Amino acid sequence: MHADSDADSHADSHANGHPDTRLHAVHADADAQARAARAWTVLDAVPDPEIPVVSIRDLGILREVAIADDGALEIVITPTYSGCPAMAEIAEDIGRALDQADLGPWKIRTVLAPAWTTDWITAEGRDKLRAYGIAPPARCADQGAPTRLVRFVPRHRAPGDTGATNATGARVATGAAGATGAVGATGARATDNVTCPHCGSPDTEPLSQFGSTACKALYRCRACREPFDYFKPY
Amino acid sequence: MTATLSPTPLPLLSNLPLARTAGWQYVLRLADNALILGQRNAEWCGHGPVLEEDIALANISLDLIGQARLLYARAGELEAELTGRARHEDDYAYWRGEREFRNWTLLELPHSGPLAGTASSDRDYAVTIVRNFLYSALMVELWSALAGSRDAGLAAIASKSIKEARYHLHHGADWLVRLGDGTELSHERTQRALDHLLPYMNECFVPDPVEQEAAAQGIAVPTAELRPAWQATVEQTVAEATLTLPAATGFVSTGKQGLHSEHMSYLLAQMQSLARAHPGAHW
Repeated sequence: MHADSDADSHADSHANGHPDTRLHAVHADADAQARAARAWTVLDAVPDPEIPVVSIRDLGILREVAIADDGALEIVITPTYSGCPAMAEIAEDIGRALDQADLGPWKIRTVLAPAWTTDWITAEGRDKLRAYGIAPPARCADQGAPTRLVRFVPRHRAPGDTGATNATGARVATGAAGATGAVGATGARATDNVTCPHCGSPDTEPLSQFGSTACKALYRCRACREPFDYFKPY
Repeated sequence: MTATLSPTPLPLLSNLPLARTAGWQYVLRLADNALILGQRNAEWCGHGPVLEEDIALANISLDLIGQARLLYARAGELEAELTGRARHEDDYAYWRGEREFRNWTLLELPHSGPLAGTASSDRDYAVTIVRNFLYSALMVELWSALAGSRDAGLAAIASKSIKEARYHLHHGADWLVRLGDGTELSHERTQRALDHLLPYMNECFVPDPVEQEAAAQGIAVPTAELRPAWQATVEQTVAEATLTLPAATGFVSTGKQGLHSEHMSYLLAQMQSLARAHPGAHW
């Protein structure tokens, strides 16, 4: 449990997400603006350590680049999950990229509020995830996810259930008995409409809510039979 | 545990009035809750009943320990405002004694069932699932309420943690149904786990001076107010799992006062021994 020494680990509700307060810290001169813009470009190329196909900017981890009063670049980042183990590495990668680009002194500030959401993943980032074999998340704002529970279907409900059986022997609910989605071989109900990133089929089923990293769930496509990661709405 | 024991005053701050320390003590409780359950669940790492569950429990622990780190950082800031001396998250986790931890007793209990003779008895996944379900069903409500805390640092942590708690609740509810409405054996073990653990939830809802003062200051929320919503989630899921909700009145554990079960010191010994054997070590 070693906090990164560069990263202030609590929220600063003032300096995040409010462009006009940020402006106080930005020197108006064009040189500073250009330096900040160059830093954005440099940082756009810093990959996420766990999903290197997307950048920290694509994921919405990189929130702001400003010039602080002391002339240092101030990089504002936000953690994805509370326990994301990659934050220290991300901070190191940022520092290395800025040093290599010779952008002068810098500091990194970590903010918590507003809380990171997968809705901040850029359209480009979503495309990159899909091309990499990870289904991009449903939009939290659209569906209020993830408030509905994914549930195994209780056995006692089976007799009254009008669900059909598919080729693999899994029961497929048809909307009766309060079912909210397809019932897969695992008996779990999908609450998100997840499209297979490999073949594009919407006929998918959750295998486990927790995948290879905290931010992903494990799914399987019933059309092409390939398992894949699903970036959970957060 | 007898009535003659009294809670240990927290060091350095025992001479300060409760009005000044309540916010700090409250944040510290939340941090201790997250850390201790995170440590317990991490015991499944490499021992999960199936690979997916091994990974799920490790992920849940990661979330909980992440929450604990954020909360300890906030507690450290609040403590520094009181004493001029900040404690680091590691100081809180590794260098406090049993009586200084203020987590709910429920969270320190071993994964073994009520019939186990010792803390090192076999783990029962039903106990793990029931506890995670009961805890996260409450934390979904509590984090939602705390997102409006007057303490901006705590509110920010709550806003993040609620998203994680929802996933933990999905997981716990899912498996509660699967085990409760599973085989005869899984049903029996899950019912036994529920009978064993439910009484420990009383502690979460019993008001005490720290919570009352923190709530009066707008920092905390009286947990008792969240009980109906929690109860509704529990009753619905327990019914779906074909389990019976036991009567659970009378018993109130006292972990949040610093008076723990016999299992706590074993947990701490395992968690703290390395840090204490090699003070200041980094890797």
